[in-house]
Amino acid sequence: MTLPTGNEGLDVDATVRRGGFTLSVAFTVPAGQVLGILGPNGAGKTTLLRALAGLTPVADGRLILDGQVIDDAAAGLFIDAAHRPAGYVFQDYRLFPHLTVADNVAFSPRARGLGKAAARAATRHWLGRFGIADLAGRKPAELSGGQAQRVALARALAGEPSLLLLDEPLAALDARTRLDVQAELRRHLTDFAGPCLLVTHDPLEALVLADRLLVLEDGRIVQDGTPAQVARRPATEYVAKLVGLNLYRGHADGPEVTLAGGGTFTVPDHDCHGEVLIAVRPSAIVVSTGPPHATSARNVWAAEIAGLTMLADRVRLDLRGKPSALADVTPAAVSELSLGPGGQVWLSVKATDLEVYSRPPELKPPPFILRTFIPNGGGISPDTFLPSPVCGRDPLGAAATDYRRAWRAVTMD
Amino acid sequence: MPGPLLVPALVAVAFLVLPLVGLVIRAPWRRLGPVLSGSDAVQALWLSLWTATVTTGISLVLGVPLAWVLARTSFPGQRLLRALVTLPLVLPPVVGGVALLLAFGRTGFIGRYLNSWLNLTIPFSPLAVVMAQTFVAMPFLVITVEGALRSADQGFEEAAATLGAGRMTVFRRITVPLIAPSLGAGAVLCWARALGEFGATITFAGSFPGRTETMPIAVYYALENDPDAAIALSLVLLLVSVAVLVSLRDRWLRGSAVQ
Repeated sequence: MTLPTGNEGLDVDATVRRGGFTLSVAFTVPAGQVLGILGPNGAGKTTLLRALAGLTPVADGRLILDGQVIDDAAAGLFIDAAHRPAGYVFQDYRLFPHLTVADNVAFSPRARGLGKAAARAATRHWLGRFGIADLAGRKPAELSGGQAQRVALARALAGEPSLLLLDEPLAALDARTRLDVQAELRRHLTDFAGPCLLVTHDPLEALVLADRLLVLEDGRIVQDGTPAQVARRPATEYVAKLVGLNLYRGHADGPEVTLAGGGTFTVPDHDCHGEVLIAVRPSAIVVSTGPPHATSARNVWAAEIAGLTMLADRVRLDLRGKPSALADVTPAAVSELSLGPGGQVWLSVKATDLEVYSRPPELKPPPFILRTFIPNGGGISPDTFLPSPVCGRDPLGAAATDYRRAWRAVTMD
Repeated sequence: MPGPLLVPALVAVAFLVLPLVGLVIRAPWRRLGPVLSGSDAVQALWLSLWTATVTTGISLVLGVPLAWVLARTSFPGQRLLRALVTLPLVLPPVVGGVALLLAFGRTGFIGRYLNSWLNLTIPFSPLAVVMAQTFVAMPFLVITVEGALRSADQGFEEAAATLGAGRMTVFRRITVPLIAPSLGAGAVLCWARALGEFGATITFAGSFPGRTETMPIAVYYALENDPDAAIALSLVLLLVSVAVLVSLRDRWLRGSAVQ
């Protein structure tokens, strides 16, 4: 059997400790994919990037980049930041204040051993690609936010990394600049051949820039899917809030779903059983001052207005009831129905506007290499043809232990 | 402004400034040229300048790595080490001179071997002057640079590491340039302290004109037989001190700690 060439990409199965915080994740990123890492503050997003960059060693497990182990706690193998082919764009850019833009960009080629002339050529190339050749002689203090962002990305890419890490690359920019830079960043990320991880807590940024989203909460992965999947079927309160949906946890028994926070929804045609999640758009909830009579909506309930917030062109009502909800109405409706805090209203929602889905299982894919060439364990285990461990020590060494472990992970799927 | 604070403050200013005024008033302005070009004075000035400069060089070469070790690593006994390193700052310089004599003197526990194996006698030589000055002045550089290293943003060093720079490259191309202002200030401070060194130098190196008699020592001896020369030499040292202060103005004259 020949090994497939498909072991390009990033394979993470690791626990990282930083201070009192523990991050424990397992996922893979194929080459060319932009993986958005979404999560609240303190979820472990930056800790993850630091571990991948080699600034924080993993406490357990391992990291594999393009088939090469770059960190393995059990084997005591750790390739430090300077020797890892990872480009890191920091949230605050960290452009060297005493060096010009050109010297900042030339830093990595020089540090990685390129001669002066070659480094200069590489610098010219990257400055040209980012359209910042005219800034070459400037110091970072003389750059605008958007320019500094470009320089930071050019500097990270100039080292020809095979893994790109971006920590909230647009967070330091004002809203206007962000839109300009976002489109450009998308282009550069598309051109990048290796796996790319992009940390953000801006859902729009995640939707625009990422091919796939990983939602981290409290050091664990709570959701992994395409931006569309995550936006339509959020797995947690945090994600639902981020994408602006009402999310309910409930128990489905036929068409009746009993909600954890009180209340029931009737949804005829879903085929989920047991624990489910239900997502509803705030604009799908109809608000009326009396019980609606001639309505096709199956779900009608009473609620009290707890607060009103003006959004761009509509008013968001914070409603307390069974269940509580956020609902969007027009400013005209607020005055016509004289909606105000403490007011009693009726809410209704059509069953077709309720997105019912089962809660995503704990996400822990089998190791990348094995998954690519053995779809299921194949019915055999390495223990059938390898000598058994003696007194807990593997006679074939750590590599065989990992092999067995990996195999078990696959066959358990 | 309340009197109970203002009056002592004015007294303090007068106390600090008046002696210097006296120095300027009593200076033999007409004889300044001949006095200063007297062979002893020129020799002392020259000796002071070059030994202070060599001292600063040695302090940079040895002190900056020491500051890095104190600021960026942690090991058992580090606090004790820091205390030992800064001890010369508060130690009476004469005690430093005695200590140097006991270690590196002809019969000292190190000097004994230097003497018998290498035929090297340190005390009462220009080398002793440099050693005495380094002992007293290097801690100024070390604590200045250590403070700068502690407050420097290590994010830049991390960034450099992710760009492929090894530890020495990071130190050379990022750390040192970023603390350059503090490095300069530390060096100037160290140089000024070395230039004014008296107690440790006279104890360990003696006062041989042309060999170990530095400016402060020359001033001290001149006061006995040629007060005019002493005043003229003092004037020169005052001038140098003012120049040092001007070069440090961003750091020391702007009130609250600039670091």
